[in-house]
Formats: sequence, C-alpha cells, structure tokens
Amino acid sequence: MSTVAQKQGFLAVLWDYLTTVDHKKIAILYLASGGFFFLVGGIEAMIIRIQLAVPDNNFVSAGLYNEILTMHGTTMIFLAAMPLLFAFMNAVVPLQIGARDVAFPFLNSLGFWLFFFGGIFLNLSWFLGGAPDAGWTSYASLSITSEGHGIDFYVLGLQISGAGTLIAGINFLVTIINMRAPGMTYMRMPLFTWSTFVASALILFAFPPLTVGLFLMMFDRMFGANFFDVSMGGNTIIWEHLFWIFGHPEVYILILPAFGIFSEIFATFSRKRLFGYAAMVFATVLIGFLGFMVWAHHMFTVGLGPTANAIFAVATMAIAVPTGVKIFNWMLTMWGGSIVFTTPMLYAVAFIPSFTAGGVTGVMLASAAADYQYHDTYFVVAHFHYVIVGGVVLGLLAGTHFYWPKMFGTMLNEFLGKITFWLFLIGFHATFFVQHFLGLMGMPRRIWKFLDGQGLNLFNLISTIGAVFMAVAVLVLVYNIIITQIKNVRVGNDPWGDGRTLEWAIASPPPFYNFKQLPLVRGLDPYWIEKMEGNTKMTPAEPVGDIHMPNNSFIPFVMSLGLFIAAFGAMYQVDWRASDGESFVWAIPVLIIGMLITIGSMAVRSLKDDHGYHIHKEDLLNDDEGGRD
Amino acid sequence: MDAEQKFTSRTWPESPEKTTLEGKNKFLGFWLFLGGETVLFASLFATYLALKDKVPSDDHALAIDMFELPLVFIMTMLLLTSSLTSVYAMYHMKNYNFQKMKTWLIITVGLGLAFLGFEIYEFYHYVHAFEHTFTSSAFGSAFYTLVGFHGAHVVVGLGWFLLLLIRNTNRGLNLYNAPKFFVASLYWHFIDVVWVFIFTVVYLMGMVG
Repeated sequence: MSTVAQKQGFLAVLWDYLTTVDHKKIAILYLASGGFFFLVGGIEAMIIRIQLAVPDNNFVSAGLYNEILTMHGTTMIFLAAMPLLFAFMNAVVPLQIGARDVAFPFLNSLGFWLFFFGGIFLNLSWFLGGAPDAGWTSYASLSITSEGHGIDFYVLGLQISGAGTLIAGINFLVTIINMRAPGMTYMRMPLFTWSTFVASALILFAFPPLTVGLFLMMFDRMFGANFFDVSMGGNTIIWEHLFWIFGHPEVYILILPAFGIFSEIFATFSRKRLFGYAAMVFATVLIGFLGFMVWAHHMFTVGLGPTANAIFAVATMAIAVPTGVKIFNWMLTMWGGSIVFTTPMLYAVAFIPSFTAGGVTGVMLASAAADYQYHDTYFVVAHFHYVIVGGVVLGLLAGTHFYWPKMFGTMLNEFLGKITFWLFLIGFHATFFVQHFLGLMGMPRRIWKFLDGQGLNLFNLISTIGAVFMAVAVLVLVYNIIITQIKNVRVGNDPWGDGRTLEWAIASPPPFYNFKQLPLVRGLDPYWIEKMEGNTKMTPAEPVGDIHMPNNSFIPFVMSLGLFIAAFGAMYQVDWRASDGESFVWAIPVLIIGMLITIGSMAVRSLKDDHGYHIHKEDLLNDDEGGRD
Repeated sequence: MDAEQKFTSRTWPESPEKTTLEGKNKFLGFWLFLGGETVLFASLFATYLALKDKVPSDDHALAIDMFELPLVFIMTMLLLTSSLTSVYAMYHMKNYNFQKMKTWLIITVGLGLAFLGFEIYEFYHYVHAFEHTFTSSAFGSAFYTLVGFHGAHVVVGLGWFLLLLIRNTNRGLNLYNAPKFFVASLYWHFIDVVWVFIFTVVYLMGMVG
C-alpha cells in the first residue's frame, strides 16, 4: 500500500480486496476475519463462564448453552485459530523464502473466500433456527438425532471452509518447495517456514478424512443415507474415527506454526542464532509424523480393546520427546543471549511453562487406564485449553505484535501490549488452572449447570473471574490496534532492530512485488549475516529486470459464493421433501443454481487465458524515488 | 518467457509441462492434490469395508448376491484402456504432435463415456433387480458413496478433457496449455488406479463372500 492507494475511495479499496491475489492483502483479509471470529468465539466463551459462575445458574437455557458451547469450540478452531495462523503464513512465509508471491495466487484468494463463506454460513445458523448443538466433535450418535438445521449448518459450513483450508495447504507446500530464492536451501529455511511446511503437509493428509466424515453426515442427515443409523446396519464409531484421524493432526496443524512464530521470536530477542536448528527441524517433522498415529487416544473409552489402547497410549507419550527437544532448544537459545523483553518476547517466555503444563497433563491423559477417570471431565477441558490457549493463542498474540509492523507499517504500542500480556496471562492461568481440580473432583465437561454443596463453587467462580481478565486483555489489544492505526506512525524495514530473516530486509509493508531483485541467501538468518558484515541490505541474486505478476480476479469470490448459495438449497430440500413438495419449493432450484455458479466460474477460469502482466524495469527503477501501486 | 510463444517439433522442450515456473508449480501442486485424494478414497474404502453387507434384515441383497464378473470386467478393461490411450496422447504432446494428441484424447473420452454408461446401467440394475439403493441399508449407502465418488471423478475428468479440447482446438500446443493437458491426464490415471482398488476390494472380495 503506497500513498497512492490510500487516496482511493472506499469502493475502490473494497473492490481491490475482493479481487486481490496478493499474499500480503490476503493475509490482512485472514487477519481481519479471523480476528472477528475470535471475538465472536470469545463472547461465546464469556457466556459459558457466566452461566457457570455460580451454582444452579439460569443465565442461558440448557439448549442454548449446548449451542453456545458447540459454536465456541467450532468457531475458535476452524474460524479463528486456523485463519489467524494463515494470516501470518501468508504475510511472512513468501517473504522469508525470498519469493515474490505464493505459487498459486489465484488459489490463495479462493482458499480465503471459501473459508470466509463457510464461516459466515456456519454463523448464520444463529439467525436461522438455531446453531449446531452436538459439541465441536459432533459425534454421530448425538448429531444425527439433533433436530432443526443446526448440524446441517455445521456440516455444510465446515465442508466449504475445509475445502479452502486444503487449497491453502497445497499452495504453501508448492510455494515452499518451488519458490525459494537462490541459496535458500531447505536447511536454511527459517523455523516458521519449516513449521508452515509441515503443518501444510498435515493439512493435505488430515483434511480429506474430515471431508469424507462430513459427506457421510451430510448424506445421512439430508439425503437419507444410513452410515450412522444402527438400525439400518450403520455404525456411529466410523464418524469418531474419521473425525479424530482429522482432529488429532489438526491440533498439530495449529500448534506447529505457533512453535514457528516463537522460534523466530526467541532467536530475534535473544539476539542469538536459534539453538539446535537441525534438531528443531527434525523435531517438527517427527511431530508431524507421530501426529497421525495417535488419533484413537481420544477414543480410549469407546472399547477398542487393550491392545489398541496400549499402542495409541505409547505413541501419544512418544510425542512428548520431540516436543521436549523443542522446549529445551528454546531455553538454550535464551541461555547466554542478550535478551530484550519486548511484548512478543514476554509471550514467548510465558509460553514455555504454560505449554509445558499442558504437555504434562497430555501425558497423564495418554495413560489409557487413567484416562477412564479423566475422560469427559473438566480435566480434559483444562488440558486442551493449556495447549491451545497457552500455545496457539499466546503464539497468535505474540505474532500479532511481532509481525504487525511488517504487515501494516506501524508499531503496536509496547506499553499497552504489555498490559494485554499480563492481564491475559493471569486471566488464562486463573481460568484454566483450577479446572484441572474441578475435573479431578468429578465435574463433567459440557455440563450446563452444577449444584450447590458439591465443593465446585469456589473454583468455578475463580475460573469465571479469570475469563473476565482475558476479555479485558483482548479489549486493550483492540484499543491498541485502533490507536496505532489512527496515529499511523510509519516504521522502517527492521523496526525491532534485530531482525534476522529476509522479511526484515525489505520495506514495511513490502512493495506489492516484494523483492525488486531476488536476494542471495548465504546461510541461516541471511539478513543477520549481511548485518554482521556491515551491509545494510541483501546482496541481490539477479540484475533488475521485468517482474511477472498475476492479475487480480473476482472469480474466487463468485466460486465460493456459488457453494454458499448451494448449501442453502441442500439444507432446505430436506424440508421440501418432508412437506411432500408443499413448501420450500425453491430449495432444489437454489441448490442447482448455486452449483452452476461454482462450476460455471470454474469453466470461465479454465477457458479464459490469464497470463498476468509484467512490471517493467524502468518503472521499478522509478519506484526508488516515489513508489506506485 | 512468453507462454504463447510458437514452437516447432525441434524447439519444443523435452518436458513441456515443467518448463515454465507456472507449469512446474501446477505439476507439483497437482501431485500433492492427488496425495490428498488418495487419503479421501482411503477413508471411503475404510468406511465401505466397515459397512460391507451390513443390512437391517435378511431379505436384503448382499455383495455376493449382486456382483457379476463379466460386467465389471468390461468396465475395468474400458477404463484401463482409456488410461493407455491417454498415455499415447501425452506421448504425442511431448513430441509436439497436436493432431495426434487430440485424436487419442478423444478416444480416451469415448472409452470413459462407455465406462460411465456401463456404471449407470450397473446402478440401475442393482436398484431394480435387488432393491439395493442408497437409502435401503448402510451397505447401500457405503457402496454407492464409494463407487459413486469414483464415478463423479470420471465425470469431472471427462468434462475437463472436453473443456481443454474445445478451448484449444485451433491453437495448437504451447507452454501455457501443455501443463494443463498433462495434469488432466495425471488425474485420469489416478481415477484408473482408484478403480483397480474398487475392482479388487468391492467386486473381487465381494464375490468371495
């Protein structure tokens, strides 16, 4: 965004964002919509905690509580955490490997719009007869008997946004394999790029089982199939397997990029090369492999038998080894470093004990025999919030502060950032630490209310007070973002002063073509190497020449919109059939029209050549004086 | 390099599908996509095996009652041959012989359509002769979902070939469309491989009980 772009009218900017294929703008789209859904999921969390603040509370009804609880989990995982990670992946990974864009800019845009329309569709359930209410895992024995369209919203919304995620995963894999700058070998890639690479591979192999599971659920609920209907020969355990074959790798898809962000932060603010780089890479890949071999630890109490339980228990415990390698490497990166406690660094330092606590309870839960006690209690709730909030969310908040200058060219206020940090950290531990004990005392998860006189009052109240702290922390962050953007104090290439990787070698935000000349990478932390040799910028690997750029396109938006429309048709044809064709006669036509819009826009994309355009050498040289967009 | 640049059979590169960066990206991206598709079909196969012959009562037809080798054998031969003809098409694509490539692709599409015709007949036959439908049992749901997903892939593959043929009828080969033909043929091979597994797991294993 140069000064020229900022003078454009609102509609021009809107159109620019609707059609953009620039990874930096798509990153902002992901950040904005992921941030919005994070606030929505946060409000749902607050309602849960208010309902459970005191015994026998009636703040929300039991049915509504189930819907809020389901939507909190689903929103936070699929619509907040994943897109926020995609925001940083999009903003940073192409820059870190010295690329001008991702491998498939068009698909990048398509991935975003699919996610966006899927998320909107899912949340429209609130206004169209009720949200899904079978938990974020939506176990089939519960969800096929759930009345109304809640589960249909879940199935169709996740199907659409899941397709977007798969596309994004393939895009990052190809980008990292094919688009690296000269000299950027695999073992010189920054850790965030490595963790994006492994997480993308997990997406590629983990999302198809979810796709299949959602199809089966869709066929059962909307088209009369019998996959999960036991009286017709069906089997509900199939859903559990498919869901967790996706669901367990999913938690590594979330945590690995957060590990990557923290690795960058530790090295930057300890002003030291990351300790044990090769071991870190190996541990990341190993976690990726092991992540696929542990799904049945979510199903210990299903009755798979002692052999299966034992195998999955041991495999699960094995993951603690590469994770431990990472924890020690981060600590040894700090050891002897000249540490600066900026806001991102505070998050990184706090992450180590918080996440380790979640890891320890993970090993406890992995003991299959003991798990019969913990299963479906608040102990599990405490465990996964320790790893997801203590790992992923702290990583996202750290990344927001760390990469904000690179994405927007302004620096978030450090003082307010530290207030957010302390409020959030205290609130987080207050909320979830006591939940371990609630679980051990026997409080079941997903319960709507608890009764007085069971010894659960105090810890539930503490938990709710902690949640308020976290909510205030997020409000301070929102305020910080607003005043930072209003003040609009521009910063230079390397605002933290200690940037090590390629993204800090170019302007903040970077020009739309990223690198005028592709940089020559001479080792790990290439920008740091140049700085140590007294250079102010990277050594170019090529002379200034014409740059090939992709054209903007509105087709991804239309393609996704088509599926969004079709989903309504697929859902309401159930009512049309139930009413013997009396009402909802529009359902089948809407389904067909929606699919035609999607398939038609795919055909247009295929039939119309799109060669992109070239930025000419002369314009690039002019850019040094003023800049154009 | 201009993607629409004209070539002769002497200047045409050895691997036209991977000569441009776009082509290289497409080639790798599509292989990765096929990796994901493999997991998709693996999930469907697992579901089918779990629900095979799972019916609500004894009067429902089972795999052993329905499947007949001659029909499935013809379908298998059609699809395997179409994979071979798409190899011929790619051979001519690499030799910059656009006309022959087109001819072999049209033959591929013809064989694919014949396969699809037999598959529609097969489904029709099961529904009418055995009352084996999508909604009659868990077995029915799993069977039609697995085989139907494959059939839908055949439809997409045929549509893709046809679209490419129509779009490029009069403009010959260049480095912009060569990768497109190549990945479409990769997709077609993948469909063929999946069928080999369906033939084995659904039909052969179905007939031994």
